[in-house]
Amino acid sequence: MSLKKVWMLIALAAFMVVAAACGGGEETESEAEETPEENETDNTEGSDEEASDGEGNLSGEIAIDGSSTVFPIMEAVSEEYTQEQPDVRAPVGVSGSGGGFEKFIAGETDLSNASRPIKEEEAEMLEENGIDYIELPLAYDGLSVVVSEENDFVDYLTVEELQQIWVDGEAETWSDIRDEWPDEPIERFSPGADSGTFDYWSEVILEDADISKDAQLSEDDNVLVNGVMGSPNAIAYFGYAYYAENQDTLKIVPIDNGDGAVEPTEETINNGTYEPLSRPIFTYVKESSLEEPHVRDYVDFMNEIAGEMALEVGYINLPEEQYEENAEKIAEAAGE
Amino acid sequence: MKVVGDTTTNVQTNKKTANISGRQLKNKLFKGLFVAATGLSLLVLIVLLVRIFTQGIGHLSWDYLTSFPSRRPEDAGIYSAFIGTIWMMAVTAPVAFVLGVGTAIYLEEYAPKNKFTDLIQMNISNLAGVPSVVFGLLGLTIFVRELSLGRSVLAGGLTMALLILPIIVVASQEAIRSVPAELKEASFAMGATKWQTTYRIVLPAAIPGILTGNILALSRAIGETAPLIMIGALTYVAFLPENIMSQFTVMPIQIFNWTSRPQTEFHDVAAAGIIILLVMLLVMNSIAVWIRNKFQKQL
Repeated sequence: MSLKKVWMLIALAAFMVVAAACGGGEETESEAEETPEENETDNTEGSDEEASDGEGNLSGEIAIDGSSTVFPIMEAVSEEYTQEQPDVRAPVGVSGSGGGFEKFIAGETDLSNASRPIKEEEAEMLEENGIDYIELPLAYDGLSVVVSEENDFVDYLTVEELQQIWVDGEAETWSDIRDEWPDEPIERFSPGADSGTFDYWSEVILEDADISKDAQLSEDDNVLVNGVMGSPNAIAYFGYAYYAENQDTLKIVPIDNGDGAVEPTEETINNGTYEPLSRPIFTYVKESSLEEPHVRDYVDFMNEIAGEMALEVGYINLPEEQYEENAEKIAEAAGE
Repeated sequence: MKVVGDTTTNVQTNKKTANISGRQLKNKLFKGLFVAATGLSLLVLIVLLVRIFTQGIGHLSWDYLTSFPSRRPEDAGIYSAFIGTIWMMAVTAPVAFVLGVGTAIYLEEYAPKNKFTDLIQMNISNLAGVPSVVFGLLGLTIFVRELSLGRSVLAGGLTMALLILPIIVVASQEAIRSVPAELKEASFAMGATKWQTTYRIVLPAAIPGILTGNILALSRAIGETAPLIMIGALTYVAFLPENIMSQFTVMPIQIFNWTSRPQTEFHDVAAAGIIILLVMLLVMNSIAVWIRNKFQKQL
């Protein structure tokens, strides 16, 4: 008897799922009559009129994925956009810069966020798959080199010194960098090898040499923050926002690239004097997606508010001209 | 001779008493060790719970449960992730149950004992130890790309079903195996077929164990992030799934994203999410215990 109940429960559950599936099927079908299933289709012919319900009310879905660094900005943009166009769904995924491009290459996404410029092999694969795209810088992130509050000897570092610290097989103790510094081993904390932050660091500081084998890597920047906090001999680098939130426990290291030591601040990052560690972060847009009115509208909206949103979530806005340049790029890609 | 004998017994009793106190000391020592071990794990649990609750309780409210995520910590809610988790479970649970219990019944009741079934058995046990990311890759290749289900609830649910399948099979096998052979033999003696015996004798006796195994396996699926990140479940979702082809997010992904934010307010928001997840797990485990007790009494 009890077994019967169990079977009934299971049957009920199964029925509900099937019902949901069927219901879903119908819904997508009927939806398809009004709005295009934009997710993967490049075929947008004739969808223009269908996608809008007149009156400037757009609907549809936009597939956005990529870097976790860019995520907070896109989340903010999507949140704001939903207020404007409640029927457009713009969910944001986090697969990392590289993982995002993988999906972009497979044609699964409309927008791909990246905290580094696209790599050559990625660009080649996109070309092979016939996907045209535009690159839109959204904001600056000032990669911040930090030591612990307890560290009283590091006043600034030159780019060469950074290289000595981070390239494998170079310095072991702080006294290897400058003689007057203590004879203590350097503890290094770095973002994980999958992150765009790591890629950028490898290119600019390591110049593609291997990172020190003693470096502890973590995908979670908060782990790096905690690692540095506890030890006077530790050093780490990560996005500016993580420093800004932990100013009481971390000490920022000004960087000297030949023109004197510069500390990352909103101003020095924005006007480009914090160099070479202020990096632009991007989103890449599939050109064919721009033919769909709701994607086009979203991208325009994004370009308009990206700077403001960037500041709100802890990044630095680009100079105004850059956003104007973006607007031209978008218009051109959309064939105007 | 007598004297000699006396001394030897004396020595022996002395040895014996020394032995007893020594053994008792050992007993006490090990008791202390085990109590300490238990205490330590309890302590860790308590510290964890206290920390999570003090951090998260301030953010818990009806609003938190019914609002979508936001860039502002004070507005952020777990609504879409919570509902997304329930949707995914609605796919995972029946699929994993039917496939898992079916496999277990076949292996225990029907399958001939030969090298082939041994091979299957071994593979299932091995699968239980495969890292969840690998299942994510499998899900990405088969469900998302090959069957082009996209990043849907269905693809996520099926991937999770695969992930917990080995656990369910093993647990169900265990439960079926523990049904006394006499019961089955009696049934066969009455002329019942294998299916009749399985359906009327074995399953009713094994169902508490099977269901407990299932629910515990589902609890594991609820907390998994890696496979879903692989198949591309989303992080910022400001809508609810409408059907099993909808895009979705789940609680662990949302929580993970909040904890990796630089702003400490988001860490508190994450703690609130963890409380919800813990409550959900507790409810599920309680159901497992309840089912076990209820059905066991009826037997």
